Amino acid sequence: MKLQKNTRLALYSVLEFATDPTRHISAAEIADKYEVSPHHLAKVLSELARAGLVESVRGVGGGYRFAGNARRLTLMDVIEMFEEFATPEEDRREPGERTPVGQALGAVLSEIDEIAKATFRSITLATMLRLLDRQQRGQPLRAKAT
Amino acid sequence: MTETKAGRPARKATCAGAPRAPVAAAIRPVRRADLEPIVALDARVTGLEKRDYWESLYRRYGASARAERQFLVADVGGRVVGFVIGEVRDWEFGAPSCGWVFAIDVHPEARLAGTGTRLLEAICAGFRRAGVSKVRTMLSRDNNLVLSFFRSQGMMTGPFIPLEMDLDTIDGRPDAGTMR
Repeated sequence: MKLQKNTRLALYSVLEFATDPTRHISAAEIADKYEVSPHHLAKVLSELARAGLVESVRGVGGGYRFAGNARRLTLMDVIEMFEEFATPEEDRREPGERTPVGQALGAVLSEIDEIAKATFRSITLATMLRLLDRQQRGQPLRAKAT
Repeated sequence: MTETKAGRPARKATCAGAPRAPVAAAIRPVRRADLEPIVALDARVTGLEKRDYWESLYRRYGASARAERQFLVADVGGRVVGFVIGEVRDWEFGAPSCGWVFAIDVHPEARLAGTGTRLLEAICAGFRRAGVSKVRTMLSRDNNLVLSFFRSQGMMTGPFIPLEMDLDTIDGRPDAGTMR
């Protein structure tokens, strides 16, 4: 699954802010850390601020800080702000999609989409921060395969 | 194979609901007298009363002396506010022994107090005592509330993919199935 650049930037940003909701972080700091253009990031942060997920703090030491609820905000809530999740019924623009082969392929792709969406809906920022913490402590993120 | 109780849809993500003050629930094995509040809790959450089903679960898991079967309840001041059921299964789907959680629920008014976490911790402790080192569950992908709960406890997608089909597809006609 590939997310658009803006979506990934938004996820990086909210996770940075949610790590310490009391800390003000400048756009430049995030842009530098994730090697993206500050101008590009500013547009993403503006969207997040408009949605009430972050708030800007002016003045010396200003920047942005987290304004959402990390235990309630899911990855899907952020992703939906930047990605179009058209259902198969709404999106019939691909050539060949109405053919029997196209419809069968569409059913398989739809399965994958549904699983991806359910996954994004089930993971809150708080859960992501715990994953991040485990990763930083060197613990495996996934269970051993059996 | 497994059944995890459906919960209400999760609240809108950006709501600022403050967590309630924790109320320490005692986790203990189910008793016969607990069945009534469990049936009522399940009926409230799922909208269906399934008394016979819960009676059979009690006989199988509650009244069982086998260590690998667990039916636990969360008790707050003598009131049952939640339950969890699971068992250790050997070679289910070809996998070595592991614990399966197939039902967990907490009364809607008792949520956000860590009760679900305590129930899961208790049943996992039982699984460890039974000698297994892995726990699994399966639930509807639409059940965002419980899915989020298990995720928050560190569970991630396992190596299995659930499959199903309508039984009218097994008559030999490849076009007889209903793809959903």
